[in-house]
Amino acid sequence: MNIARRKFDCLVIGAGGGGLRAALQLAESDAHVAVVSKVFPTRSHTVAAQGGMNAALGNVTPDNWHWHMYDTIKGSDYLGDQDAIEYMCRAASRLVVELEHYGVPFSRMDDGHIYQRPFGGQSQNFGGEQVARTCAAADRTGHAILHSLYQQNIRARTHFFDEYFVIDLILDNEGNALGALALEIETGEPLLIEAKTTLLATGGAGRMFRTSTNAMINTGDGIAMALRAGVPIQDMEFFQFHPTGIAGVGVLISEGVRGEGGYLVNGEGERFMERYAPNAKDLASRDVVSRAIAIEIREGKGCGPDKDHVLLKVDHLGAAPIMKRLPGIRDLSMRFANVDPIKKPIPVYPTAHYTMGGVPTNRYGQVVTPIKHAPEEAIQGLYAVGECACVSVHGANRLGGNSLLDIVVFGRAAGNHIVEYLKEHRYHKSIPDELIEKPLARLHRWDKSGAGESVDEIRKELQKTMEENCGVFRTQEVLDEGVVKVKVLESRLNDAVITDHSKVFNTARIEALELENLMDVSLATVIGASARHESRGAHSRLDYPDRDDVSWLKHTLYFKEGYQLDYKPVRMKPLSVDSFPPKERVY
Amino acid sequence: MDIKIYRYNPETDAKPSMRHYSLADDFTGPMLLDALIALKEQDPTLSFRRSCGEGVCGSDGMNINGRNGLACITPLKDLKRPIVLRPLPGMPVIRDLIVDLTVFYDQYKTVKPWLTNNEPKPETERLQTPAEREKLDGLIECVLCACCSTACPSFWWNPDRFLGPAALLQSWRFLADSRDLATGERLDDLEDPYRLFRCHSIMNCTDVCPKNLNPTKAIGLIKQMLIKRSL
Repeated sequence: MNIARRKFDCLVIGAGGGGLRAALQLAESDAHVAVVSKVFPTRSHTVAAQGGMNAALGNVTPDNWHWHMYDTIKGSDYLGDQDAIEYMCRAASRLVVELEHYGVPFSRMDDGHIYQRPFGGQSQNFGGEQVARTCAAADRTGHAILHSLYQQNIRARTHFFDEYFVIDLILDNEGNALGALALEIETGEPLLIEAKTTLLATGGAGRMFRTSTNAMINTGDGIAMALRAGVPIQDMEFFQFHPTGIAGVGVLISEGVRGEGGYLVNGEGERFMERYAPNAKDLASRDVVSRAIAIEIREGKGCGPDKDHVLLKVDHLGAAPIMKRLPGIRDLSMRFANVDPIKKPIPVYPTAHYTMGGVPTNRYGQVVTPIKHAPEEAIQGLYAVGECACVSVHGANRLGGNSLLDIVVFGRAAGNHIVEYLKEHRYHKSIPDELIEKPLARLHRWDKSGAGESVDEIRKELQKTMEENCGVFRTQEVLDEGVVKVKVLESRLNDAVITDHSKVFNTARIEALELENLMDVSLATVIGASARHESRGAHSRLDYPDRDDVSWLKHTLYFKEGYQLDYKPVRMKPLSVDSFPPKERVY
Repeated sequence: MDIKIYRYNPETDAKPSMRHYSLADDFTGPMLLDALIALKEQDPTLSFRRSCGEGVCGSDGMNINGRNGLACITPLKDLKRPIVLRPLPGMPVIRDLIVDLTVFYDQYKTVKPWLTNNEPKPETERLQTPAEREKLDGLIECVLCACCSTACPSFWWNPDRFLGPAALLQSWRFLADSRDLATGERLDDLEDPYRLFRCHSIMNCTDVCPKNLNPTKAIGLIKQMLIKRSL
């Protein structure tokens, strides 16, 4: 077939923090690595992370990794895999220091050490006093980390394919990953990248929902690619709603605002979190705070003429700390809410934010799936890290500050494992033409012209459906209706057309391909949610209000083929310390 | 509300043209990017880059009523009608509002924009006082949107030889960092009639920067550092 081909040791799909950290590890090990990204690397969504990255440095309060591990497991509502969580929390301090050496401009304490702020769900001594564990570069930590990692990759001479959209993975009949077919957006030409190893680092799928803190690029591309390659995806029903998006707009207001001393008030002026979480109050974990806000509003205690939001108060902190620690938040608040937080509180509402589920992996970043004998067999040559992956360190609810940590820890771990894998797998396997036919067909499907619905129409309806039928509070009836509706949208998408068939920088075609990805990921989310008859973490069922460890302490696996579900056990055994058995979760 | 937009598709158009669009007067936005997204629903061939929608990714730099800015943080209500949108000036146009930023990125890479410190790595973070760290404020917020460099006449004339305000701001970001030990080499690389000294302090860069950064000031500080070194 007359398609341009390139060959690399490793193909990294996605240039956010996870992809770039892995690429750096590979480039520094003299592996030939290509990073393919649909946007210029510093436009990746890691750039929007605000508050910081957790590590038990203990610069501000006493801390250690074991407490961090406990908090993460409790935050995950015991659905997190304890081996991966131990690995992440143990590695955290070293990797923050490493980022500092890479040039990340962390804020500083008077003694010159990295500044750390309190964040939700953090404690000393396994549930005791609040700890300050989140390493911050003002309120632009993701921006600082992403730019530094990109800069280090320039130094390391990583090969970048900027503005290339990956159509699909290529796996052979034995299930080995051989690379991917990409589309050069500028020219509209396909490019086949042959690689001994492929790493998915494509980020989350927050654009499933109408109001979202996520960038428009967050369309679950890698998760959908894995699904189409026959890989089941894990725990998609656990989707995090961030307590403080700007009401009606969705722009993120960092948890760091509450970490610095901000708090929420309802329409009666009451600091209501004291009722829901007597100890942690506004710094309870995100699922708890989001639910509390939603309950207040449902009970008619919202703010504003429509009583449809609550207020985040920071003005009591004074101008200087806000200007110093939260300059970006002040800027966003003034632009998008017309409120200067130095003078007035910010109107907020729980907003779609983070995909806890994703492509199942082990703690080396290898994609694992029930192939033949065990629930977690590694697919040869295929890796995933970051928000598109489910390792699972976040379980049913991610703690704030753990996502920047996740991408750095597992980006590096996957890079290391790939280096070892490449020693044993020295040669490319050839890609026969028939393996390219399916990805090409996916691309050419959008050449169809004639009558048909528009992509915009279907996307809007999907996002509205997901918000209404798979939101903060869920019931069987509402979820089942959601499943039916999304399946109808899926079949309508099969008949949709685009009117722009040009080759050069055709964004209409990219948006169509992205909607297909969102559709697959939405189906996984709503079907998984409808089947899970309990409340755990972010998955909150009015009809099953309690966590049910007897029946549901297990991971969901969703297969695209036949919309099938399966389950597998949670890895409760850590690497070296005692397991934290599930107990009642109070903050 | 009337909006005139520069349109060019190399596959079908012999030359660029301005196309008129309109949105209902009660369209509230609030931002220009919201209007562009609504127009793309009317006309899916209209092409522009966008992503975060909140001014941190730097994708949607464009020329708005004659002035460079980010569409996602430009309020519609402040814009004079008709709104006139063009691609960032001086760069090759790929299509519509999308320009080829290769030269811009290459100049960024030229300044070796990474922390250089060849001393043995300590086991902990390198210490930096709050005052030393404060010197980086106003530098590290750059989103590489290219609004500044593509507003700079010196960059229009010599985009391959003058580094442009964005790259020079990054150069100063590392010169100003107490942890970076490559000051001498960085200054050597800038001692050239074009790379740095083509800046004539026109200040378009500072005027348009959507993040309110001040590349002119950074360039001035580099020049001062070079002069001090030569004394």
